Amino acid sequence: MAVVILNDKCKGCKLCLKACPFDAIEMVDKVVVINEKCTACNLCAASCPFGAIVKTENKEGPVDLTAYKDVWVYAEQRGGKLMNVALELLGEGKRLASEIAGTAKVCAVLVGDNIESLAKDCFEYGADQVYLIEDPLLASFTTDGYTKVIVDAVKKYKPEIVLYGATHIGRDLAPRVAARLNTGLTADCTRLDVKVSSYMDYAVHHTTLDVSTLDPTSEDTGLKQTRPAFGGNLMATIVCPRTRPQMATVRPGVMQKRERQEVVFGELVRVKSQLSEADIRTEVLEIVKSAKEMISLTDAEVVCSGGRGLGDPSGFELMKALAEKVGGVVGSSRAAVDAGWIDHSHQVGQTGTTVKPKIYFACGISGAIQHLAGMQSSDIIIAINKDPNAPIFEVADYGIVGDLYKVVPLLIEQWDA
Amino acid sequence: MSFKVIVCAKQVPDTNEIKIDPVTKTLIREGVPSILNHDDANALEEALGIKDRFPDTHITVLTMGPPQAKYMLKQCMAMGADEGILVSDRALGGSDTWATSNALAAAIEKIGSFDLIFAGRQAIDGDTAQVGPQLAEKLGIPQVTYVKEFHMEEDRKCMVVKRALEDGYEKIRIKPPCLLTAIKELNDPRHMSIYGIAGLRAKQIPLWNAKDIEVPLDTVGLEASPTNVYRSFTPRPKGKGMIINAKNDAEAVRELLGQLKEKHIL
Repeated sequence: MAVVILNDKCKGCKLCLKACPFDAIEMVDKVVVINEKCTACNLCAASCPFGAIVKTENKEGPVDLTAYKDVWVYAEQRGGKLMNVALELLGEGKRLASEIAGTAKVCAVLVGDNIESLAKDCFEYGADQVYLIEDPLLASFTTDGYTKVIVDAVKKYKPEIVLYGATHIGRDLAPRVAARLNTGLTADCTRLDVKVSSYMDYAVHHTTLDVSTLDPTSEDTGLKQTRPAFGGNLMATIVCPRTRPQMATVRPGVMQKRERQEVVFGELVRVKSQLSEADIRTEVLEIVKSAKEMISLTDAEVVCSGGRGLGDPSGFELMKALAEKVGGVVGSSRAAVDAGWIDHSHQVGQTGTTVKPKIYFACGISGAIQHLAGMQSSDIIIAINKDPNAPIFEVADYGIVGDLYKVVPLLIEQWDA
Repeated sequence: MSFKVIVCAKQVPDTNEIKIDPVTKTLIREGVPSILNHDDANALEEALGIKDRFPDTHITVLTMGPPQAKYMLKQCMAMGADEGILVSDRALGGSDTWATSNALAAAIEKIGSFDLIFAGRQAIDGDTAQVGPQLAEKLGIPQVTYVKEFHMEEDRKCMVVKRALEDGYEKIRIKPPCLLTAIKELNDPRHMSIYGIAGLRAKQIPLWNAKDIEVPLDTVGLEASPTNVYRSFTPRPKGKGMIINAKNDAEAVRELLGQLKEKHIL
């Protein structure tokens, strides 16, 4: 896939230079030339009034991808406890499997030691099948150990799709697995589609994408993986047309888990680990749970975030007071974290946590794109900011223009009134 | 016996400075500075810390990118790195993380032996965090990602690092050669030194193309990458904001709470 300039049609108007987010277009002798920074994102083609920029689709080679079926979810567990994102992905996997074909299954891949009891949870949250890989050498996560057993299982059972939570473990493991299998991996997805029609449905309702070039009756069932890029300034949908499995990491808190269904049974497949001690080249000396309160931003129903507008670190005391009053947790913008006012674990946004609480308070937060990327799907957004032109007001359901140090104490006072 | 560290770095646009044109809904790229990726600065700083402690440490900063990325390499050298190498070739353009790691692995093989590769966790323009682990895989060496604390044993035969988790950390022992990826919590990167800047004039930055690093052309670039961009677009702002107009703050708060109650949000 590449973007090609039709020299005879190019008028040298330079509109595409402006449209390109990657600085990948240059003027040479009055016509534009694509340079090596091009990622074939295609934004330039949309900007050209003369139809001088076209995207050439790849000529598909006769690669047999039909041997691959089913949707796998890496059911991440830590210390014998399933991560929430694993359950979310089982719910999403179920939806994707039904879009692929009636016969595709969603399968959980459980890796660890003495974790068979977790299979029941996987079934109850939607898994048709569980691949159980147990070995004392897998008791705690190691990149080497987990990569080997998952790669072996993928080669043997050939899944069409493998999903991982975009956790610190998923983002360590998935790239290594993808590299060993020589297949593609898309990071931090926030939306997945199989059918073109459901992708179009999503695009029409949630994006600025022109869908007129898409065919809803297309039989293309490749995984369309949508993710924020460029600090959340751009959304890109990525495909993996020539290799299998198609792999993605998915941000926690984005997908919906299914209602738990009691007494559901599926097929348990025990996969023998071929691991030996020599395969694991790192030694986990200890795993320490942080002593400070566990801030579960992802699960919070109310998030009270502060930003640069707090002025100094003491502003977070006010945020804490608000959070206590409304039963929420404290979040922050990247600016406040970068200023050293609060720990990174509180950060909401593209490089922090994605949240979608019932109520999101943004206090003294201007609303940089990178922040919006992590909170704009909150049910209700309430912004308090001195600057009436702050971009946060464009996404806020309710905005109060004013001094947060005056407004927030009033809010605390009147909350129960 | 010197200790050889390769730092992988990337020149990125400062994505914090990018804004969307409210009318055309396209990115406004003018005036956005190119910077040394934050996490990569942390990786370099940790390598410089090793050199502070063991002066025979040799630090090479490796980057792949357009020709102007050499300015970023100069910055790294002015901070204290011994050399910078730029891999640049149109044939490498459009590489996804799989293809990028192939090119970097080939460049590292050309560099020759090394004890440690330090990279940033992720670059702020792509945020994938994939190139580090994929490079480690191509080189067949172990990795630890999200390193927030680093300790080298006196004999330099072993390192103990803390790897950040969402709810704590893991303490891991690892032996060279290996690859580590750095996060912000690891350290505070130093500034360029006057001495370092002055020394730049005498230094050359080698520019290697695809042929120099002997990478098979069917493993790099846009065409070889397993992932492709299907469509891209700017996100749609929620855009239904209602600014509460009131005489004073107390009124505004009352109005807000009234609205929330009316809509059964409270």
